[in-house]
Amino acid sequence: MAEKVLIVDDDKAFLAILSERMQNRGMEVSTAESAAEALQMLEKESFDAVLLDLMMPEMGGIEALQVMRKKQPEVQVIFVTGHPSVSKGVEAMKLGAMDFISKPVDMGELTEKIKEAKAGRMILVEKQSQEKIKKILTDKGW
Amino acid sequence: MAHLDGIGRSGVQFFGKMSASISHDLKNVLAVINENAGLLDDLCLMAGKGKPLDPGRLKRLAEEVKNQIRRGDRIITYMNTFAHSADSESVAIDLRELLGLLVELSSRHASMRGVRLEIDRSSDAVTITTSPFVLLNLLWRCLDYAMAAAGPGKTVELGAEKTADGARLRFRKLEGMDAAAGSFPAEPEGSLGRALSAEIRLDPGTRELAVSLPGKGQGE
Repeated sequence: MAEKVLIVDDDKAFLAILSERMQNRGMEVSTAESAAEALQMLEKESFDAVLLDLMMPEMGGIEALQVMRKKQPEVQVIFVTGHPSVSKGVEAMKLGAMDFISKPVDMGELTEKIKEAKAGRMILVEKQSQEKIKKILTDKGW
Repeated sequence: MAHLDGIGRSGVQFFGKMSASISHDLKNVLAVINENAGLLDDLCLMAGKGKPLDPGRLKRLAEEVKNQIRRGDRIITYMNTFAHSADSESVAIDLRELLGLLVELSSRHASMRGVRLEIDRSSDAVTITTSPFVLLNLLWRCLDYAMAAAGPGKTVELGAEKTADGARLRFRKLEGMDAAAGSFPAEPEGSLGRALSAEIRLDPGTRELAVSLPGKGQGE
């Protein structure tokens, strides 16, 4: 099954070309030009990986990550940024980002990380399902 | 360079902030060029497997690379002008050109805050002799305040005009001036102002911030 990816970046030219390349690799790609737009999309559907820019107008990537993690704890966020710094990278990872990579992007590396994100998300979703079933069984006393 | 010697930490911080912003913009340009080159590779690989190349698609890719080169060239041009602003502490400066450079340097910061920057070109051009780097440093701090005082979704209008004893730079439309946090001007602005013998004034009545510079302001 194709990896389902959401790319969030305020640079339209980057969004267009990166999504085309990822689609050529068989991925199912959606794009958002702002964190607010991305959050609206996450209300309606889930993604195997979210590629998130760090610096965007109005709501930056770190704040967006925090909101996304509250809405979907299993969301796998990979920061893709032209503004890499050790401190921001550490902050992002502490807040639950899966990875932090610098622009220009290495497509091979990015593809691998997206596959890892999908696998990681599937494990988390499965674990959540098992916990739900366990809770139902416990609550109902079956 | 007496002006530059006196601004120490503030000057270094300003230079660092602008350099970080410029490097971010250049990284974004390189990222788009990189993806275009990658897509060309992809298309070549697909052509090798029998999918015909679409000349129209190739032309659009070439156009996008050219667009990004123009974008990168503009960034490097203002970066170069900014770097050379520290060459001399006393040169004749066209204040509208300097405001143009300030807007270019600040465009990312403004965009992050959702503020639009506009230069009022209705008044005559005015030239003044001073230290361009120190003046840029002071104007950046004023603009930083002005963006906070205008608020998200608003426009800050920048202008320069000749006065009887020099020149005045104005930051207008600061509608949220009353709610802006912190006191302004504070010590860093005061220190830069003293280095340039400039007077910084906030006018809540007209919702503007003005920087008056002494010297032989020359209008055209």
